[in-house]
Amino acid sequence: MATPTLSIGGLKTWFFTDSGPVKAVDGVSFSVMPGEILGLVGESGSGKSITGFSIMGLIDPPGRVVEGSIVFKGEELRGRSDAAMRTLRGNRIAMIFQDPMMTLNPVLRIDVQMVEAVLAHRKMTRSQALALAHSALERVGIAAPGERLRAYPHQMSGGMRQRVAIAIALLNEPDLIIADEPTTALDVTIQGQILFEMQKICAESGTSLIWITHDLSVVAGLADAVGVMYGGRMVEHGTVAQVLESPRHPYTQGLIASVPQLEARGQPLRQIPGAYSPLVNVSGCAFAPRCERALPVCQTEPQLAATADGRLLRCHNPV
Amino acid sequence: MHTTLMSNAETSPARNTDTDAAPMHPPLLELRNVSVNFERPMTTSSALAWATGRSPAPRPSPVRAVDDVSITVGQGEIVGLVGESGCGKSTLGRVAVGLQRATHGERLLRGENLDAMNRQEALARQLKLQMVFQDPYASLNPRLRVLDLIGEAPVTHGIVPKADKRAYVAELLERVGLRPDMATRFPHQFSGGQRARIGIARALAVKPEFIVCDEAVAALDVSVQSQVLNLFSSLRERLGLSYLFVSHNLAVVHHIADRVTVMYLGRVVESAPAHRLFREAAHPYTRALLAEAPTLKVQKRKFIAIKGEIPSPLAPPSGCHFHPRCPHAMPRCSEEVPRLKSIATGHTAACHLHAD
Repeated sequence: MATPTLSIGGLKTWFFTDSGPVKAVDGVSFSVMPGEILGLVGESGSGKSITGFSIMGLIDPPGRVVEGSIVFKGEELRGRSDAAMRTLRGNRIAMIFQDPMMTLNPVLRIDVQMVEAVLAHRKMTRSQALALAHSALERVGIAAPGERLRAYPHQMSGGMRQRVAIAIALLNEPDLIIADEPTTALDVTIQGQILFEMQKICAESGTSLIWITHDLSVVAGLADAVGVMYGGRMVEHGTVAQVLESPRHPYTQGLIASVPQLEARGQPLRQIPGAYSPLVNVSGCAFAPRCERALPVCQTEPQLAATADGRLLRCHNPV
Repeated sequence: MHTTLMSNAETSPARNTDTDAAPMHPPLLELRNVSVNFERPMTTSSALAWATGRSPAPRPSPVRAVDDVSITVGQGEIVGLVGESGCGKSTLGRVAVGLQRATHGERLLRGENLDAMNRQEALARQLKLQMVFQDPYASLNPRLRVLDLIGEAPVTHGIVPKADKRAYVAELLERVGLRPDMATRFPHQFSGGQRARIGIARALAVKPEFIVCDEAVAALDVSVQSQVLNLFSSLRERLGLSYLFVSHNLAVVHHIADRVTVMYLGRVVESAPAHRLFREAAHPYTRALLAEAPTLKVQKRKFIAIKGEIPSPLAPPSGCHFHPRCPHAMPRCSEEVPRLKSIATGHTAACHLHAD
């Protein structure tokens, strides 16, 4: 079997506050193969974005990766110096943020920003870099890339800015792209176009993609595998068909039932009782206080274990 | 004894699931041929140049954010308003509650023209029209406690005596699923879903009959979104409220609305009962929106339903605004604006594909 592009094991990222550590990510493991698309799904505060930032080495104090391994193409990233991380970031591993203005500098033209991103990692002439930028914009479906290269970010629509941010991520043909809710703020038609293009790029170039989102339905049309996070832990991980068509963790099932479906128009939506409170460090299963299937045994922490069909599940009383 | 909420409307209307029959009474709210133009204010020098007839440049044409749109919302009805960013759906919602003046057109509440009556009369009726905003944090004053956020307006308008404010707010909080003791807290002490509920309680405080929900669940996690959608539905049943539900999320609109109106670049392109629109959409734009709407069905994307982006409202395409992105565009589409035509009972669409 080929080596995974990324493999993380037992990752723990904690934030040390005056009132004790907040365990934002508390023992997450998964791997992504070349060309594979993994959807990382969870509510706000579930630790999905912090997992992405941890891989990129972008955790600032009071946060710290306290435990676990992050292996990128056979190489451990934890403990790498900032300088060594910088040769990877934007080069072998790229990140796309929800707000493209986090990536784009508002006072620089697009061509300047894109050429800079290429020349930071590769030795080539400016005109070669510009040609790369031109083709990257073409790949993400921007019409008249030559014209757009000379524009400033404020002269573009939100959808176009996000395409430019994605094009910048693609510039150095990374092995791994981490996308943190990049289409959440976009219209469905634009989202559809971007999802289509991302899928094509991953299939053609073998780039691995981790797509972080709270929207299960985006994952349904995009990803190969899906990991559902709750309270800093992976609670269910399997192929998209396994997880979405026959969810076994009560939380996954509740999430799916919360999405309005065409068949159940007008009927009350199923609700997961209560709300997630990220600051409570419960012992045992983090979902137990909201779970309808909770048993006394749920006071002890369930372990992530493989089921008969090959998915990973963290639950004492699965569906 | 404080006034109870149920006094404003005990009516529990039957859900209009089928094609809407012609109403016997005037609809609760009607927007008739509403247009909203936005003009960029001229600089002093260009204004002078214009006044003296020496302007070098042609006068900039106004942006037609809403272009001749008519909608009605019946008692107890939920009308969904759908479209991409920049289509004018939020502007129309703001016109409906009176936050934005229409450049042309009329706004009628139970058949009475609100913009034609004097200020005093209009103000009293205006209270019946409330709004729930997209960002509950930005629309709640961070320095006020929930008690004042919710209780200030009903006391000011004399709906409840000042002495009963606390009890009234407590009742409202319970109604939206919050604990009465939360009244002493500030907005930052709540989660996103709870803040959304506070925004809803505030709208309910002045006993409205009609609420515009402008992307009211867009910022919420799905598990919280389902709680808030259920709340909207139950409030409609208990209080007989009517909603104009502005959203870009088709699944949400399909779930909650009785009728749906689809807008594109300021114009209505299609309007139909919800169950019909989602089964038999007549306009190519609506079909494309439906094709792009993400569902939980596990299947990889194999096509792009529409290419390109919504054009700038500063320079909308000629004829049918959708023609540059339309897979069925004909020469006629770039020349002639299609009128809204009736396709079936209660179902209209503006497209040249449908013969006159």
